[in-house]
Amino acid sequence: MRQTRLVSLVTKELLVVLRDPRSRIVLVAPPLVQLLVFAFAATLEVRNVHLVVLNRDEGAAGVELVHRLQGSRTFASVVPVHDPGDLRVAVDRQRAIAAIQIAPDFSADLAAGRPPGFQVLLDGRRSNAAQIVFSYIAEVYATFVAERAAPSYRITPTPRLVPRHWFNPNLIFRWFMVPGLVAIIAQIMGVLVTALSVARERELGTFDQLMVSPLRTHEILLGKTIPPVLIGLLNVTLYIVVAVFVLRVPLRGSLVLLYGSSLFFLASVVGVGLFISSLSATQQQAILGAFLFVTPATMLSGFATPIENMPAWLQSITVVNPLRYFLVITRGIFLKGMTAEAVAANTLPLALIAVFTLTSAAWLFRHRME
Amino acid sequence: MMVTRRAWSSRAHPGLRRLVALMHKEWIQMVRDPSSILIAVVMPLILLFLFGYGVNLDATHTRLGVVVEDPGPEARDLVAGFELSPYFEVRLATDRRELEQLLTAGKVRGIVVIPATFEAALRKGSHRPDLQILLDGSDPNTAALVEAYVQGVVANWSVLRSEQTGSTATAAVAADRLWFNPARTSMSFLVPGSVAIVMALVGTLLTALVVAREWERGTMEALLATPVSGAELILGKLLPYYGLGLTSMAVCTLFAVFLFGVPFRGSVIALYAISSAFLVPALGLGLLISAATRNQLIASQLALLSSFMPTVLLSGFLFEIDSMPKFIQLLCQLVPARWLVPSLQTVFLVGDLWSLFATHIAVLALFGVVFLFFAVKAMRRQVA
Repeated sequence: MRQTRLVSLVTKELLVVLRDPRSRIVLVAPPLVQLLVFAFAATLEVRNVHLVVLNRDEGAAGVELVHRLQGSRTFASVVPVHDPGDLRVAVDRQRAIAAIQIAPDFSADLAAGRPPGFQVLLDGRRSNAAQIVFSYIAEVYATFVAERAAPSYRITPTPRLVPRHWFNPNLIFRWFMVPGLVAIIAQIMGVLVTALSVARERELGTFDQLMVSPLRTHEILLGKTIPPVLIGLLNVTLYIVVAVFVLRVPLRGSLVLLYGSSLFFLASVVGVGLFISSLSATQQQAILGAFLFVTPATMLSGFATPIENMPAWLQSITVVNPLRYFLVITRGIFLKGMTAEAVAANTLPLALIAVFTLTSAAWLFRHRME
Repeated sequence: MMVTRRAWSSRAHPGLRRLVALMHKEWIQMVRDPSSILIAVVMPLILLFLFGYGVNLDATHTRLGVVVEDPGPEARDLVAGFELSPYFEVRLATDRRELEQLLTAGKVRGIVVIPATFEAALRKGSHRPDLQILLDGSDPNTAALVEAYVQGVVANWSVLRSEQTGSTATAAVAADRLWFNPARTSMSFLVPGSVAIVMALVGTLLTALVVAREWERGTMEALLATPVSGAELILGKLLPYYGLGLTSMAVCTLFAVFLFGVPFRGSVIALYAISSAFLVPALGLGLLISAATRNQLIASQLALLSSFMPTVLLSGFLFEIDSMPKFIQLLCQLVPARWLVPSLQTVFLVGDLWSLFATHIAVLALFGVVFLFFAVKAMRRQVA
């Protein structure tokens, strides 16, 4: 009897979300668009940037160095200018990210074995990209000087570094981004759909009807928890298919482990959504509350910047962030073929967080109903 | 208070009176459900806080494994170089298999292997000894950073070593000067981005939600049945959220400048002009979404997709637009925030540069006109 009541509540919840063709589309299309667009957009590589160069050198070496820069694939254009003022204008108006000045006695210094004068001016508004551009320019310059320098002017011999990149030998940025995006989009959808479900019933007044029905509190709770988890699993499936077949990210680990850990991850974020839901009286509050959770959770997950770069006290806060563990799992399973042991080690905290968020949501739920 | 309001309103133009009444109604709704005010004030603070402490693009204390296959003094000296570097927390091993497992588990970010032949190769001096680095390519950013830092440690070590051995070689180093942000604090360029994010949230998401609720409940139809004209209705809706958007921008700016010490080199007028120009398309988009969907769940999803995410990812504040594939670059041009962020960065870090602002403001105004036009069209269609 109880079984059928729960089943019918779950069916009803799924119908509410999936009956309307527009909300069916909205649950599937925007997340997919996000995955596809952001997989290509989110790159911290710096390519195709524009430079300006003022060559004051009277000799041939300056011209050669400019040619060398123009040949690099990092720079889309290296435009010569003839006036120092033009350098400033080009950087100010963001026509170029960096401006290079080659000193008047560049060739002479090079021939005489003195370090030749070379200055790079960078746009600090984009300081991150600018510093990467600088390291490229500096490398071109250092190589050029080392090759052309007089015999008396020697570069210190250093051991040669032979880097080998595991898991992603060509350092394809998309491979790094996509597994992370899968986790983040699943999180947003899980929290948002759940947070809205109770709030909508409250706003429309149907929540009172649900409460006077023969359904027990825990049945209502389960009925509100299971559908978003199912929708989440469906979405995760879709993301995995797109990641592997459209975006060509390798899936090296076990699909079973990925699904198993997804279940716990979704349960933990649905618990958060339910918690927000029971605190909000309106859908507006639920959505804004979801944002207040999702934004910090995303930024403190290690998605964009590693957790070990954060100050220690902030690192200890991230221990309760479910996304942190799920990111390790998705990246690990997609790229590294993570072992069952390692997946379990990261799924255990997810299970604990899920138990905590779901029980505290249930407590708050009961508390607010009385 | 009420009396003076009435006295004023009876003399004012009826259209203006209706507009004031509508805005008053919107204000009451805002105060009654303070979640909108909360998001306008709290969200900027959370973002600033996270950008101030959470997002650090420079790696320190990166865990690095070092495999020492060569027991000689030169190798030990190089290991000391790694251990003393502020960038690394070193884990030593004599067998690489021990550390390779840690690399897979993500417990170390890279492994440097000092081969057994290292010292012999150095002593011979005929060719450069090889140092192998194994890096975790699943995170290309960190991999590149670790490689650069390892390079730095090795270069330092060689310079020190050559000084000890009496050679006088010097390396050619290019000089750089970072304009506008000499201290290289990431906070300085992240703040303009967070201003854009909160304005996108308030302008588009909040407006879309509030107006969608009116459609959902049917109160929008009721309003349309009153003598209020379409323009008054739209202005009455948008002006309060325009005010809220500017408020959150001001909160963000004040805290950034006075608490986090981000420079502000332009003028307040320029900041307001740019922000206002951005809020027109943001609000227009919110109105368009709500009129087209009339459903808060769908409206929130569309606002997320069309405004929040593009502002974070396609506006150029986190990721370089020039480095994206061509078709994404075209897409970026259609994101209003892409025209806001460079102007904001300029007004914070450079100063007033009206030739740059004017173009961006014009583009934003154009977006605003287009969005508002379609919003009005969608509202008419809903009623018909």
